[in-house]
Amino acid sequence: MEVKNAVAGTLESGDIMIQIAPAETKGLHIDLESSVAAQFGRQIREVITETLTGLGVEDASVKAVDKGARDCTIRARVTAAAVRATGVDVWA
Amino acid sequence: MSSIKEREAQVRAAAAKMGKGTYVEGEPKNGTFRKDLQKESSKIVTLEEAIRRSGLKDGMTISFHHHFRGGDKVVNMVVAKLAEMGFRNLTVAASSLSDVHAPLIEHIKNGVVTKLITSGLRGELANEISHGLMEEPVVFRSHGGRGSAIANGDLHIDVAFLGASSCDPAGNACGYSRSENAKSICGSLGYALPDAQYADKVVILTDDLVDYPNTPNSISERNVDYVVVVDSVGDSSKISSGAIRDTKNPRDILLAQTAAKVIINSGYFKEGFSIQTGSGGASLAAVKYIRESMIEKGIHASYALGGITAHMVKMHEEGLIERLIDVQSFDKVAAESLRKNPFHKEVSANEYASADEPGSAVHYLDMVILSALEVDVNFNVNVLVGSDGIIRGAIGGHPDTAADSALSIIVCPLLRGRIPCVVDEVTTLITPGSTVDVVVTEYGIAVNPRRPEIAERLKAAGLKVVDIHCLKDMALKAIGNPDPLPFGDKVVGVVMNRDGSVQDVIMNIVD
Repeated sequence: MEVKNAVAGTLESGDIMIQIAPAETKGLHIDLESSVAAQFGRQIREVITETLTGLGVEDASVKAVDKGARDCTIRARVTAAAVRATGVDVWA
Repeated sequence: MSSIKEREAQVRAAAAKMGKGTYVEGEPKNGTFRKDLQKESSKIVTLEEAIRRSGLKDGMTISFHHHFRGGDKVVNMVVAKLAEMGFRNLTVAASSLSDVHAPLIEHIKNGVVTKLITSGLRGELANEISHGLMEEPVVFRSHGGRGSAIANGDLHIDVAFLGASSCDPAGNACGYSRSENAKSICGSLGYALPDAQYADKVVILTDDLVDYPNTPNSISERNVDYVVVVDSVGDSSKISSGAIRDTKNPRDILLAQTAAKVIINSGYFKEGFSIQTGSGGASLAAVKYIRESMIEKGIHASYALGGITAHMVKMHEEGLIERLIDVQSFDKVAAESLRKNPFHKEVSANEYASADEPGSAVHYLDMVILSALEVDVNFNVNVLVGSDGIIRGAIGGHPDTAADSALSIIVCPLLRGRIPCVVDEVTTLITPGSTVDVVVTEYGIAVNPRRPEIAERLKAAGLKVVDIHCLKDMALKAIGNPDPLPFGDKVVGVVMNRDGSVQDVIMNIVD
């Protein structure tokens, strides 16, 4: 699925900001910056990957700035960013 | 033999027998007006002169207090001067260090400072040390533990550099000032008193040199060798920064209200009780809710200990708390109160919290409310090292008050962002679970199984008492299982128990 530049989320504590951009090469490229990277970096990447794949986004460059968001928040922000990036409204 | 002249031989013989000289008349009396004379006190010197005369040498130990907290200017000023004078391999033994002491990083890299002894570390200095900045591990002690170590010689201080808000030419110093030129006030100098008493040499730095006698004094002239006048010793507006602030966070308010209910229903809330609140928003705010209940039930506290805050001062002035015992003033109102309220008493770290001081105030303490970075399922508490493995706090009086009080209450949220506060095992052991009685979270109250009577009283009052394992499971369910921290194999910190034994070590963190 084609993606355009899109953003969702904030830099508030407990939130995550997701920026999606077209990928230069095939696949998902996740650049993660997190205040809890040591303990939760792996899980955060997994949640982002699963959410995007589930929405049919397979090629994209993702910049994620995390301030300790929980998985439900990460899913919501990634989904919102994906909807904006693809123009496909998954909630309709 | 009626005149002294005739007794001269006998005087000389008596002197010889005693190994003493005979009296020779000295200089004529100085008739100068004493207000003028005191300006020439031999104790008043420049900082450089004080350092030189103190006999400080490479490898020695210097000490500081942290009563100006985030506003402290003394540590950076003195260490910069020592670096300029070419000193090396010094040990800095401060009662605590914080964000403002980041300039120490350069002095450590340059070999001026090679060892730190403190209650806590924060900010960039803490971050660098956690990543292995120093060869020697930092030694961490509680406030009571530091007092004991200074008194029993485990921590020998060669020269103490103590900031004071006022000082007279003889060295009588205070954390407040009665003069019109008062610049920086910090209130109690409790953590500086062991240093003043036991250090080989004591240098007072002050920004308000007042006329003799600066009484009532906190540090006595008999313990002071030099007085150095500087532009500013600290920024008073920053003493309530760092861990101390009045909370508006709704979760903290809920925690404070719950903690107050625990206190009121604990069985210790009766006429003449004593109480301490530690730093941390929720723990400080709990006092407000206890006050309402004290008025309603007509109960008075015999004393409040701390860590004195504006809330405590208000309750003292209202007659709800008979006496305030103050090792450290947590805000300007408390600092002012120490000056004007006769029953607001300053105590040294030893009188406050040392295990080997039978009369220390913590021994007579009923209840203490404390905060935590982490609590584990065995009720052990960590207040020093963050869940990312980086040092970001201070031991303070946490283990001292938990151990000696009749009831210790830890208040912490279940989660801070994605960081769990109730865990399987604390990152660093600061306060042993055997001394912790109650843990208050917004999802329920856990009572140490050692105290079934407390659990019964709280349940009877309708409070939600839960197993601490349930709290831990709830936290993990919300956030997932954290990966282990990337610790290296270098010891960067050693945590001393208050009895002088080694209790835990802090390993370096690898990025």
